Amino acid sequence: MHDTPLQPARGAAAQAPATSGRRLLRLTADLSATGEPALWALGGALAFGVILIAGFLFMISLNGIVTFWPKPIERVELASGQVIAGEPTRAGRYRVGQDVLAKLSGEQRAMVQAQDGYADRTLYKTANFDLYGDDFRWVSDYERKNVTAPNDFYLFERQQWGTFVGRIKHLAIDGKPAAFDYRLMQREQSAARKRFAQIRQIERGDIGAVNYQLDQQRLAIRKAVLRHGEDSPQAKAVAARAQSRIAELNKTFAGLQERLKEIRAHDQRYKATLEEVGGRTVDLELSQIVRFYPANELSMIDKIGIYLSRWWEFLSSEPREANTQGGVLPAIFGTVAMTLLMVVFVAPFGVITALYLREYARQGRLTSIVRISVNNLAGVPSIVYGVFGLGFFAYTLGGGIDALFYPERLPNPTFGTGGVLWASLTLALLTVPVVIVATEEALAAVPRSMREGSLACGASKWQTIRNVVLPKALPGIMTGMILAMARGAGEVAPLMLVGVVKLAPALPVDGFFPFLHLERSFMHLGFHIFDVGFQSRNSEAGKPMVFVTTLLLLALIVAMNAGAIYIRNRLKRKYSGPQF
Amino acid sequence: MSTATAAPQEHRSAETAYHIKAGTEGIALDIRDFNLWYGKSQALFDINMPVQKGLVTALIGPSGCGKSTLLRCLNRMNDLIDELRIAGEIRTAQFDIYGPGVDVIALRKRMGMVFQKPNPFAMSIFDNVVYPLRVDGIGNRAILEETCERALRAAALWDEVKDRLKDSALGLSGGQQQRLCIARGIASDPEVLLMDEPCSALDPIATAKIEDLIHQLSGHYTIVIVTHNMQQAARVSDNVGFMYLGRLIEYGDTDTVFVNPKLTQTSDYITGRFG
Ligand SMILES: Nc1ncnc2c1ncn2[C@@H]1O[C@H](COP(=O)(O)OP(=O)(O)OP(=O)(O)O)[C@@H](O)[C@H]1O
Ligand SMILES: [Mg+2]
Repeated sequence: MHDTPLQPARGAAAQAPATSGRRLLRLTADLSATGEPALWALGGALAFGVILIAGFLFMISLNGIVTFWPKPIERVELASGQVIAGEPTRAGRYRVGQDVLAKLSGEQRAMVQAQDGYADRTLYKTANFDLYGDDFRWVSDYERKNVTAPNDFYLFERQQWGTFVGRIKHLAIDGKPAAFDYRLMQREQSAARKRFAQIRQIERGDIGAVNYQLDQQRLAIRKAVLRHGEDSPQAKAVAARAQSRIAELNKTFAGLQERLKEIRAHDQRYKATLEEVGGRTVDLELSQIVRFYPANELSMIDKIGIYLSRWWEFLSSEPREANTQGGVLPAIFGTVAMTLLMVVFVAPFGVITALYLREYARQGRLTSIVRISVNNLAGVPSIVYGVFGLGFFAYTLGGGIDALFYPERLPNPTFGTGGVLWASLTLALLTVPVVIVATEEALAAVPRSMREGSLACGASKWQTIRNVVLPKALPGIMTGMILAMARGAGEVAPLMLVGVVKLAPALPVDGFFPFLHLERSFMHLGFHIFDVGFQSRNSEAGKPMVFVTTLLLLALIVAMNAGAIYIRNRLKRKYSGPQF
Repeated sequence: MSTATAAPQEHRSAETAYHIKAGTEGIALDIRDFNLWYGKSQALFDINMPVQKGLVTALIGPSGCGKSTLLRCLNRMNDLIDELRIAGEIRTAQFDIYGPGVDVIALRKRMGMVFQKPNPFAMSIFDNVVYPLRVDGIGNRAILEETCERALRAAALWDEVKDRLKDSALGLSGGQQQRLCIARGIASDPEVLLMDEPCSALDPIATAKIEDLIHQLSGHYTIVIVTHNMQQAARVSDNVGFMYLGRLIEYGDTDTVFVNPKLTQTSDYITGRFG
């Protein structure tokens, strides 16, 4: 055999014993050996899953991210002679129905027939709900005669009635008519918004506080009456004290009302007269305008500014317009508060249960049954937990608490109805199997030698568990907590029964003792999505909000999980290292 | 052949060849007619073995002969195993270890133990060493620090870890972990030190240090050590017990057992002809 210098490998193989040489050749030649069908199937399944999830996330992100970007306004003259103006929202192709086709002019019918009976159409957000009774309008290509992008069209986001699209005719500054000037209007609008915030502050903050205290005084009287009897001297003393305080509060209340009236009257003197594309006009206080901009005259920097300010409003303010506009701060707050509260409940409960089950209970048939039951609990539909939470926590437990501690408020329930406490307890119940299973596994994974080491030092069983077993199992327990948190934060169905509301009157945390009001109902991002997307007057108007809120909910869950994972990894680093 | 007795004759098994010198301070642990079953299979047969106080007693024998089992009976580590059954007694000066009403925790506090594989806890080096004191309720910082340094010095680990006492013990090398476990075993100043092949994870230098340590500790502690290393057994021990298939075959003074064993089985094992 002649070895050429170009084929050293072959030469080496040839010199090796015959069998190994043959095996080497077959390995490189046989394709089926590298493309095992099972491997392809596994890889394919994984790729399929990844693509699904990536596509889902991509769709949510894309829709969520573009929502707040300002769009241009188009003025469209229709074949019927009508003129509309609005933001083109989306477009699509559809099959024109026979009855519609019959009504079209010859030219239009020819256009449709040229496309095999199909036509393109665009959805315009014409806004001006107060004038049109609708926010959106489909315009087919064949009806469209002329499209322009006029520079004097503005988009207004109003405190009420949603968006307005139109021109600005003139202003009224301090009661005197003034010609429209963009800079002037911007300045006056931001001043007006400050007045608006002031009014809000008085209505919600100051008057709210007075009302709260009035309520407290009335409750104090009822309480004294309930405890000591109607005519007892104690009740009379309390009533007298409370009455004088109530008189005081009423005076404050009247003062605040007076002040409100003043500001409102002042506010009335600043107005803008707006004209929609068809010529009808609307008078609007400047303080009612949240944001306005000339949609077709924006530079890139302006657009970015509007985009960011919309995001900021979304994250930092309360919803308006039946939740389809404004922000979701209360929902963010409710979601986070409820999830954290749930973790506070589920962590000790799950860990203690698992500890007993794994470390103390005699392993036998009974523990097996308990274990199987716990695992099965994870498969119970979550709405069942909601029903249980309402029936047991809210009505039974909460009703009991009310009867014992808040008799003066009855028949109005305090704890006897849905609230953030009952919601988080319900979710804790829902997620406890996850924690138990994860904790048991983590405990079982602690090496026996470590326990023996501790026992040999003269530690009791509890000391061993406390000092050696639990720290070692902590990262595994944290994994269980993370799974539970992810499940709990994304759960909506049971919450609808135990305390989530469309619009919460107050956050569960405020400045009044005891600061954390666990009995209050709350808002939740998941429910917000459901409400805006499927329960609002105009689902098309809510759609962008659905995407942004979904994006936010995902981001929030990712952020909470990332936090938990960070903590877990720090624990892991602390409690483990290279073994040898 | 020296046959001076340290334990009453009647507690000696007929199967065992004894040659024990008179103990300097008597018997620390007297194992009498001890049998042990794991479920149905018997692992120890009729062990009669007086462990002399202040001396180093080595247990040798082929793998699976029951050395660890016997060692773990001395501080009742075997209690954790379900289906374990024993017969016979192990007497300290005051009581039977397996007698009724024995406080197992108090018993273990009097005995340090070093396992075959290092098993440091997931905590700092310092906390590992003072663990026996902590579980005993000692919280005085000065005492803990002093104990930690003394134990680590004794285990020949102090110089390597003195600057990183706050670091996790799991970051140490295998050999360092084993010396840490030895430090932990002697931290609470126990009366008896049980060691199950403490050097199997160590290099020759560390092994030499541990043997030095055993030398230093002997006289003060009663040490029972399991080893597979005949040289080590010869070097460190005063008495040696040779076990085979769950029985104690030959027991007594190391020099005699190694130089002049009664039974051929023993000499075969020692010289490496079987096992
Ligand atoms: N937990 C247990 N359950 C059942 N049988 C066991 C258990 N531990 C040990 N055994 C059995 O008891 C016998 C003695 O085991 P032991 O661990 O004491 O041997 P050893 O002499 O220490 O061996 P080595 O030198 O390999 O460590 C072996 O046959 C073993 O299979
Ligand atoms: Mg062993």
